[in-house]
Amino acid sequence: MRSALHAEWTKVRTVAGPLWLLLGAIAATVALSAGATSVVTCTSAGCGGDPTRLSLIGVILGQAPVAVLAVLIISGEFGSGMIRTTLTAAPRRITVLAAKAVTLTGLVSAAGTVAVLGSLLTGWLILPGHGVTAARGHSALSLADGPTLRAAVGSVLYLILIALLSLGVATAVRDSAAGIGIVLGLLYLFPILSQTIGGPHWQRLLQQIGPMNAGLTVQATTDLHDLPIGPWAGLGVTAGWAAAALLAGGLLLRTGDA
Amino acid sequence: MTAAVTRSRSGRNGLAQVVRAEWTKFRTVRGWVIGTVAAALMLVLFAALTGAGSVQHGAPRVPVGPGGEPVTDSFYFVHRPLAGDGSITVSVSALRSSIPRGLADLRPGVVPWSKAGLIIKQSTRQGSPYAAIMVTGGHGVRMQDDYVGDTAGLPGPVSAASPRWLRLDRSGDAITGRASADGTHWTTVGTVHVSGLGPTAQGGLFVASPPSVHGMGTSGSVSTAVFDDLRVQGSWAGGDWAGDQVGPESPSFSGYPPNTSGSVTGSAGRFTVTGAGDIAPAVRVTLPTGGTLGEILTGTFAALIAVIVVGALFITTEYRKKLIHVTLAASPKRIRVLVAKATVLGAVTFVAGLAGAAVAVRLGERLARANGVYIFPVTSSTELRVELGVAALLATASIIALSVGAVLRHSAGAVTTVIVAIVLPYILVAIPFMPASVANWLTRVTPAAAFAVQQTLVRYHQVSGVYTPYEGYYPLGPWAGLAVLAGYAVVSLAVAAVLLRRRDA
Repeated sequence: MRSALHAEWTKVRTVAGPLWLLLGAIAATVALSAGATSVVTCTSAGCGGDPTRLSLIGVILGQAPVAVLAVLIISGEFGSGMIRTTLTAAPRRITVLAAKAVTLTGLVSAAGTVAVLGSLLTGWLILPGHGVTAARGHSALSLADGPTLRAAVGSVLYLILIALLSLGVATAVRDSAAGIGIVLGLLYLFPILSQTIGGPHWQRLLQQIGPMNAGLTVQATTDLHDLPIGPWAGLGVTAGWAAAALLAGGLLLRTGDA
Repeated sequence: MTAAVTRSRSGRNGLAQVVRAEWTKFRTVRGWVIGTVAAALMLVLFAALTGAGSVQHGAPRVPVGPGGEPVTDSFYFVHRPLAGDGSITVSVSALRSSIPRGLADLRPGVVPWSKAGLIIKQSTRQGSPYAAIMVTGGHGVRMQDDYVGDTAGLPGPVSAASPRWLRLDRSGDAITGRASADGTHWTTVGTVHVSGLGPTAQGGLFVASPPSVHGMGTSGSVSTAVFDDLRVQGSWAGGDWAGDQVGPESPSFSGYPPNTSGSVTGSAGRFTVTGAGDIAPAVRVTLPTGGTLGEILTGTFAALIAVIVVGALFITTEYRKKLIHVTLAASPKRIRVLVAKATVLGAVTFVAGLAGAAVAVRLGERLARANGVYIFPVTSSTELRVELGVAALLATASIIALSVGAVLRHSAGAVTTVIVAIVLPYILVAIPFMPASVANWLTRVTPAAAFAVQQTLVRYHQVSGVYTPYEGYYPLGPWAGLAVLAGYAVVSLAVAAVLLRRRDA
């Protein structure tokens, strides 16, 4: 396992792609968060809901480069035939997948932490200028605040789970375009479907089982009783998706020809 | 090199041949064909899910106006039969509205399209033809007829210090509305021809108070008007004025605020009337249970992802398999190869998208109607526009994916870039607290503008509503929205063409 980890780390370290994707994820997250917090307006009805969640909205964009990185880490090897070298050097295929998962977790947790802290910082800087102030019942964003800390930590965990989900899907389908298409479909289609498929029961169900809708409830800090699913339970749903994808990927990696 | 050789070479490598070569490649790669067929199936599958997922059996019927459009026809009506020609005159000295701020907390407020005035209507049946003249909360005197007609009269609000006199004259099917600020000097606001009034119509006073719109939400309102000096001439039936709520149970009427109700008090020409509801075309906020073609075509998003994957792979696979060297050796004019690929991909995607959309719309509508769901009506030309538009949207998106794939030479990057560029703005637009100005901006400049091609709802200036892209009202027209996406396609194709010529393959 140790040598497999070392090998994966060397592979990631020595090409430029992963670094750019991680920097892209950070930039995308912070940029969208900054954009969203600077357009919010306070009306008599309220200040655009949940300031913490609004500050962390960039995660819905930042997860895309993270998913690309996770897909490429495995399907890039299938595409170039490198996978044969990898599996010759480390014949235990599950070990290879595990080493990739661990490497990915490390990379995404580092980049995710920077992205999330950056987003919260932009929210902390921008929101008070748009009337989201204590006078209107919104305290300043602070990590000392329990729900905000949970939202921040949860967002980093969410990004890690999306990376693992993408790794599993890409291992199963072995093609980067199909892999990323499936991952983005899983992430972005559930929120759109839950708006149009009729009946409140169906809408709630779709919000409870979609990997993005459910997982991002971990960012909620207000109106917790109105959520379709609890914050940690929601993240658990995303973890379930990631586990299922990794399991499917692991099984297909073991049984299929490389 | 002789001219003859040059000619024969260009003949062999003419666009038609290159297109044919690309078509052969496309149809022989199983994954691409499966992806394209899957896109069409997604449209149908999601239409079936949307159509079957919502059940509204037993809901009251949606009232439909003389023009076939859904309407709100729920208001408080103080009426008497009018058997033939006649006129009616009244003065309005007050129109006050209240909006609930919470349970049992009714505050005075401004409802711009609250209405109080005179109406002659075929009957109290919802959706029947009518003509009316009225004062409004914020738009002065108006003459309106058959739900969609609206003509402005004297401006300014009404009060005890400046009342408004209103008059309707019926002569056959012609109804003339007049208004006056002093009761002696009258100006004609308009004459309308109302067909189908019948020999005996109902005429009298009415008060309506549509939902108040604040930001993204609405709340019911109720309005009270004071009428004086009510006089009638002509073939009016004798007897008392009868007060009735027209259309008390209707999908396009959300009812009275808690602890309020419609009423009429007074006599001898002076009446105080309280009412809620509206007499106007229905829009999304007043008919929330209505479905649209855009909702039936939710599968467009899933189909988009499939065609984007195929579009990107159509070029990146050539780079990965090094087939691009063979392709460019066989046809050295690189731009021509790109154009041929875009032509084949666009045509195949368009055909698949059109087939999918045509089946999806019919299936979805049929399932929804069978489940008692009302679908906002569209003309057959609008339906065709939506189907062609969805097919064109998918074809354009696949060409963008092809171009971005040619630029990045990398399928995962290309697929992600194009999906995020088209789908993410739409998701942002749907965030509840997104201000309308930002949502409109996003659906004007980003590729998500193209979803305007699915819009079928009509915006009415005389109805306050939440006219945002999320509710199905786009800032750009259908083809203008699609043109924005086409613009992105042209730019990305141009960049791809330049890079394809300049770079080594």
